[in-house]
Amino acid sequence: MVDESTRKTLSNIPLLQTKAGPRDKDLWIQRLKEEYQSLIKYVQNNKEADNDWFRLESNKEGTRWFGKCWFIHNLLKYEFDIEFDIPVTYPHTAPEIALPELDGKTAKMYRGGKICLSDHFKPLWARNVPRFGLSHAMALGLGPWLAVEVPDLINRGAITYREKQVENAS
Amino acid sequence: MATVEELKAKIVQLEMKLEAAQQKGPKRHKIDVMSSEVVDSNPYSRLMALKRMGIVDNYENIRNFTVAVVGVGGVGSVTAEMLTRCGIGRLLLFDYDKVELANMNRLFFQPHQAGLSKVAAAAETLRDINPDVDIKTYNYNITTVDNFQNFMDTISTESLIGGQVDLLLSCVDNFEARYAINTACNELNQCWIESGVSENAVSGHIQLVIPGETACFACAPPLVVASNIDEKTLKKDGVCAASLPTTMGVIAGLLVQNTLKYLLKFGQTSNYLGYSALTDFFPTMRLKPNPVCNDNYCKIRQKEFEARPKVIELVKEEEDEKPLHEDNDWGISLVDESANEPEAKTQMVDGISLEYSLSNDNDVPKSSKTAQDDVNLEDLIAQMKSI
Ligand SMILES: [Zn+2]
Repeated sequence: MVDESTRKTLSNIPLLQTKAGPRDKDLWIQRLKEEYQSLIKYVQNNKEADNDWFRLESNKEGTRWFGKCWFIHNLLKYEFDIEFDIPVTYPHTAPEIALPELDGKTAKMYRGGKICLSDHFKPLWARNVPRFGLSHAMALGLGPWLAVEVPDLINRGAITYREKQVENAS
Repeated sequence: MATVEELKAKIVQLEMKLEAAQQKGPKRHKIDVMSSEVVDSNPYSRLMALKRMGIVDNYENIRNFTVAVVGVGGVGSVTAEMLTRCGIGRLLLFDYDKVELANMNRLFFQPHQAGLSKVAAAAETLRDINPDVDIKTYNYNITTVDNFQNFMDTISTESLIGGQVDLLLSCVDNFEARYAINTACNELNQCWIESGVSENAVSGHIQLVIPGETACFACAPPLVVASNIDEKTLKKDGVCAASLPTTMGVIAGLLVQNTLKYLLKFGQTSNYLGYSALTDFFPTMRLKPNPVCNDNYCKIRQKEFEARPKVIELVKEEEDEKPLHEDNDWGISLVDESANEPEAKTQMVDGISLEYSLSNDNDVPKSSKTAQDDVNLEDLIAQMKSI
């Protein structure tokens, strides 16, 4: 199910332990700490591998997340806003990651710019509750989606390169 | 720029236009008591005829019931219309989406409603069809922390008599929302019927969930109805989902039919009923809850159910409704996953299988775990920001 490079990426992302969602008060705080620890390590790994591709932050309750992701195509850097809510059923169900500015530009999206994940994602996530967290959703969900969809969007002319994207990204 | 006078004149003009538009044709007025009198002005005569024919004992009781419809899309809007025409007492409509022109391959909504919230547009049409139905709308996403409590409170207090709704119908189109409904219904001990149409548009299902008594949505991985399409030839590149008004209409019909049977206590209510459009096959089965379900409230409801005295069923179960064994291992995978092909599905009965198995996570390498020492959340947030 998982290809070699993804397997390698996954092996360096710390797994989470606390099975708690945003309705679980104190346990959720514990889970949130694990989420941040896992994300920090994943971003650091990416930077070390010269593959820094996203930033995320949350509101103080950890229920709403937002950030940016970048994708490099033909030496040009394309940047997109990310946003999603943590559903009350997290971590049993994965968050629905959205790139709102691409809404309506590709069929591989649901309403509101929520990315359409591969058939492999859901079983993989379900088998790894509660060990998978947001960093895994990024690595297994958004990463592969960008790799397939962004070149297609560029080739179709659905998105064009904008100078200021680089300034924001750097 | 227009003067105030010009604008006032424009308003008068538009108000007259609006009034003219609203006066198109006769308007149906409220009716106090359902009558079985057969006259062309009685919208309930054909429904009340069900009593005379001995199909339903108590059709007029339909007015005492409150049904919540969650998701007012291709299935939910048609479901709400059927219940409205049947004269249901109160309808609670939940959805956070807007009507789009891309929805016009489905039933119910019309192009001029594009841009309106689905619940507002639906309520307007439904009140026109039958003003006797009390319609309440809730325009929010039930899966977020902010809205979920309001959703639970509404389900438990907004019936016609100020209590829990009589039945909740899930007409949502995604796993997350189904899971959220399941969580709420297990906590509230709320009976509900799950419905769904597959993303390839050629199969669907309904499933009655009575907490503790029948399997809940979290008891097993999602069930899929065989569509008799070779998975290898199914092309999903470039699209998320297809939809057909026909399949959605069939599922809405099955959903409301079972709702009527459940509420008015006639016939048999199916536990799980599938629909395979390409072969016109309707598999059925009964599903017991999983004793080790992930949902804690499901397990609590199971204990409560076991403790209750059982009503002995007089109707003999049909051969094809094989109850699943209590020790059914939900997680059996028939084929190893090394090949890069869609995984083999665990078959439940002929035509119904599990979407995936939960065992076998060999495909994920074991990596380190996050540390449990005394880290401070604020420090972590700051660290994340400063990378
Ligand atoms: Zn359950």
